Amino acid sequence: MAESIEPIVEVRGVQKFFGGRQVLKDINLMVAPGETVVILGPSGCGKSTLLRTIIGEETPDAGHVYLWGADACCASARRLNKLRQRFGVLFQSGALYSSMTVGENVALPLREHTDLDPRIIRMVVKMKLELVGLRDFENLMPSQISGGMRKRVGLARAIARDPEILFYDEPTSGLDPIATSVIDQLITDLRTKLGVTSLVVTHDMKSAMRIGDRIAMLYGGEFIAVGRPDEFRDPRDQRVRQFVEGMADGPIPLRVSKTDYLEDLMGAGTGPLA
Amino acid sequence: MSHASWVRLLERVGAQGEGFLAYMGGLGYLAVDTVKHTVAGIITRPRIKADETFYQMVRLGVRAIPIIGMVQLFVGMTLAFTLAPVLEDYGQLGQLATVIAKAVFPQLGPLIAAIVLTGFAGAAIAAELGTMVVGEEVAALRTSAIHPIRFLVVPRVIACVLMTVALSVLANLLGTAGGGIIAWGVLDIDPWEYYHTAVDALLIKDVVTGLVKAAVFGLIIVTVSCHEGLSVRGGAGGVGQATTSSVVRSIFLIIAANCGFTALFYFVW
Repeated sequence: MAESIEPIVEVRGVQKFFGGRQVLKDINLMVAPGETVVILGPSGCGKSTLLRTIIGEETPDAGHVYLWGADACCASARRLNKLRQRFGVLFQSGALYSSMTVGENVALPLREHTDLDPRIIRMVVKMKLELVGLRDFENLMPSQISGGMRKRVGLARAIARDPEILFYDEPTSGLDPIATSVIDQLITDLRTKLGVTSLVVTHDMKSAMRIGDRIAMLYGGEFIAVGRPDEFRDPRDQRVRQFVEGMADGPIPLRVSKTDYLEDLMGAGTGPLA
Repeated sequence: MSHASWVRLLERVGAQGEGFLAYMGGLGYLAVDTVKHTVAGIITRPRIKADETFYQMVRLGVRAIPIIGMVQLFVGMTLAFTLAPVLEDYGQLGQLATVIAKAVFPQLGPLIAAIVLTGFAGAAIAAELGTMVVGEEVAALRTSAIHPIRFLVVPRVIACVLMTVALSVLANLLGTAGGGIIAWGVLDIDPWEYYHTAVDALLIKDVVTGLVKAAVFGLIIVTVSCHEGLSVRGGAGGVGQATTSSVVRSIFLIIAANCGFTALFYFVW
């Protein structure tokens, strides 16, 4: 990444606590224009929190998030909204507005933020839905389509206003392999054809390898490895290796309880029987 | 009681009191934000969503018409049965319409309409907004730079306040009519006489204070339910909890506000 280019996203020293537990420990990250950065990590490692902090849904307890060089954490509501109009977010569930049809969902950002003629908006909606392969579903309600389709509609809505950067929260979780490839291909296409910058949060190793220019692995609230996808093929770090190869045994434990199992069991057995 | 248990009691009362004040503060913030966005929606772009407001009026208010009408008829009939023997003892049965109209227009009409509407509109709003929070829809609105207060709360506030007032008018008429049915059918009072007695007895004050209160009740219902819905945490269980507490809290606040307003109008007007 060339130093002279101003990054679109810059995360500097971000820390976040939830009820005394530190979820993010001094996170630093830069995303350059046109780049696709994947934040990879096991469930509960803080990657969704990091994404929510970057898009301004959470306030960091320390550190700053800069979007296009402007501090997003301390921005006024008006300034933050100006920044938000330049990006799109695909939420984990798609987050479609359940009271509106698929077409109205995609049209909403255009209706709210532009003075476009309704006929033009209808055209744009059809174009965006065609891009995700769902043009025929324009008049259905979100409850009438499958989870994978909802995600694709969510993506169509996120790109409705041609954002400069897209944030994806687990874009492929819960999808079948074909739908996963479709979404991955879309993310790649948006980058190559339109030059859209992307920040993807996922625990899907395969799709991370496919779409990422750079991958950053988050574990325990900090990045333990950052690099190009090929550097993840044969990682030296045992934690990264365990995750990449999907092994049950390794330095990353499944159980997170801190107390001794035997002690806890015996403790439960003392006292009067109910 | 020992010293320590007194301290504990005091602590609990204090914590409850603090929680109540924090809650009222939250409602206050929401109300201020709503007023700000409503005024902004009237004078600048983006405008208040007229179609959404109309849709909410139909959804929250129109569906409640039959049930509120029936409830008020029953209330009026019950009043007639309860009051007739008392009035008869004093030889004032002809004044039945006066008593019923004076009870319904400033008090029972708006109050019972608001309580029924709490079950209808309040629960619906809290459940709907709560589900939207859980489904990340509200977060999606915010990140699309669409303010949830402007987009979700303002149309519901306008709809709910207007519909509470409109339904109170209906409730007033039907409540008095309910008494009239018993007066005519059971007590042999001429309907025209009943009607004229009621109209003569009613002062502008009775009608206006009732409708002012109705507007306030509508505001309570919608503010509480929007607040409960938007502060849902933790999935479907949270939605159920928000729905229940929005109904309970609205009814409590409506009855408390009714008492306050009645006292105010007693002394001031």
